Amino acid sequence: MQQFYLKKSTNLKSTHYISHLCKINASAIWVDNQLVMEAPGNLFADFAKLAYQKFEIKYPKFFKMDKLSKLAFLSAELILRKTVKDEMNKNVALVFANQSASLDTDVNYQKTIDDRNDYFPSPAVFVYTLPNICVGEICIKHQLQSENIFFVTEKFNSELMFNYAESILNQGKADRVLCGWVELYHEDYQSFVYLVDKKGQIEHSIENLNKL
Amino acid sequence: MLKRIFISDSNCVTSLGLDLASNWKAVSNGISGIECHHRDDLLETPFYASMVNDELLDQAVAENLNTGNYTKLEKMLLLTLLPLINRNKVSDNSILILSTTKGNISLLKDKNIPIQEIQLPTLAKKIATYFGFKKDPIVVSNACVSGLLAISVAKDLIQGGMCENAYVLAGDELSEFILSGFNSFQAMSQSVCRPYDNERDGVNLGEASAAVFIDSNFEGDNLIEVIGTGAINDANHISGPSRTGEGLYLSVLSALNEANISKEDIDFISAHGTATMYNDEMEAIAVNRLGLNHVPLNSMKGYYGHTLGASGLLETILSIESANNKQLIVSLGYETSGVTQEINIIQKPEESSITYFLKTTSGFGGSNAAILFKKVN
Repeated sequence: MQQFYLKKSTNLKSTHYISHLCKINASAIWVDNQLVMEAPGNLFADFAKLAYQKFEIKYPKFFKMDKLSKLAFLSAELILRKTVKDEMNKNVALVFANQSASLDTDVNYQKTIDDRNDYFPSPAVFVYTLPNICVGEICIKHQLQSENIFFVTEKFNSELMFNYAESILNQGKADRVLCGWVELYHEDYQSFVYLVDKKGQIEHSIENLNKL
Repeated sequence: MLKRIFISDSNCVTSLGLDLASNWKAVSNGISGIECHHRDDLLETPFYASMVNDELLDQAVAENLNTGNYTKLEKMLLLTLLPLINRNKVSDNSILILSTTKGNISLLKDKNIPIQEIQLPTLAKKIATYFGFKKDPIVVSNACVSGLLAISVAKDLIQGGMCENAYVLAGDELSEFILSGFNSFQAMSQSVCRPYDNERDGVNLGEASAAVFIDSNFEGDNLIEVIGTGAINDANHISGPSRTGEGLYLSVLSALNEANISKEDIDFISAHGTATMYNDEMEAIAVNRLGLNHVPLNSMKGYYGHTLGASGLLETILSIESANNKQLIVSLGYETSGVTQEINIIQKPEESSITYFLKTTSGFGGSNAAILFKKVN
């Protein structure tokens, strides 16, 4: 029974493609499998700032973001800046996921309430104690009034990401879907963000998602 | 042709009772679960909130669950899901979808607990393992729209063939973490909250868990079909709603479009109504832009406060009960309009035949969600 269902879902023929992808980890950034930046030996916050400068992002709100939002924002930016340019192509849904949710910022926020004699909870930090805020940041930057969701799973769940993106496209709820795994906790981080589109070189399939 | 998707069973654990029947009884009689709590361990000053009674919860746990070491949230989640599992057997292709904003975040203050214990997938896995699910659970953590959005995820995954049926479970507990945060936003009411009222002064927080069983099996009584969904971002602000209610407006249009019904068909709206100035005003604007200003509408926050990741699912379940019992639920705490646009707030427990109803939610990160439901039989 299980086999039947798994087979059915993996064999679903997709007419969609992965048109662009961006990967960030260990102080390096790849866009469409090309290494575009490398700055080893930096803490994530410094690395993010270097990337902001190198790619001339010019968006001061970036510096107010927490680390998870910076990671998601940078990964999305390097794809969306060349694919979302006018009103006509803004129907891009966002499907993001990770393992640690917002725990990196949660730990920072917790420090502000641990001691009643040194108690300073701040709304500016508290708002980032939700993982979907990073998706909101991307929507605001690119003015994407579109479908979005944030999943939390133990590891990158290619079956879930594939199925959810396909259902959004097949129901006509978006023209394209920007999918992303954006995991960050302290100095361990890894992002894999990709655009599912009607055209492209790589077929959108569970198999390909596991390989990329 | 996509499969039709139905909610056929539901349950909840809240301040008003540890099962659905006791909750419906309280809500249909206009009883609120919000009280003033003096809990210095949670917040230095007294606060109004809706809390699950620890003694009653522990008693129910001792009577119903296997012996084990559970957090309060885990107790609530397990007790909520148990009757659904007993009535609807878990198969190899069943999936557990958990909606929560903060999970076991209260463990964070104990520095001896490894961070993995606090991760949301760890919580989901504990629940899934308890009930013998074979497939990996999925967590939806999308701020205050999570509970409603999780229904939409269940529908899409069943229709896409990734699972045969889904148990959607939602829960959040009251914690020092959440209370201090909302307090720092100066968003908390100094009394029992009053959604859409002129005197409203903010939210009450609450804790609850809720669960539904969703499948494509057209059998049984009291089936509720999920006929259209939408979850569209405002793209405006990370901690405040859009002034024009754009994301909510678009979410409802998307749901209407998928459901292929007209707005005139909607018999009732279960809105978000947190009782903050901005949220309630935004909703009134969106409801008017949609031309739904004459449709009877309520907020359930006067009964349970804002139960965060549980709220969308909890309020859906009570709306289903409302449809099954042909009785509209009063929007508790409302007397005089405090929004600039007219909306039809339910003030008396009227009898009403409900076929189609709309549930909406909005939350941080600019998120919104709307789902249209149809009572089938």
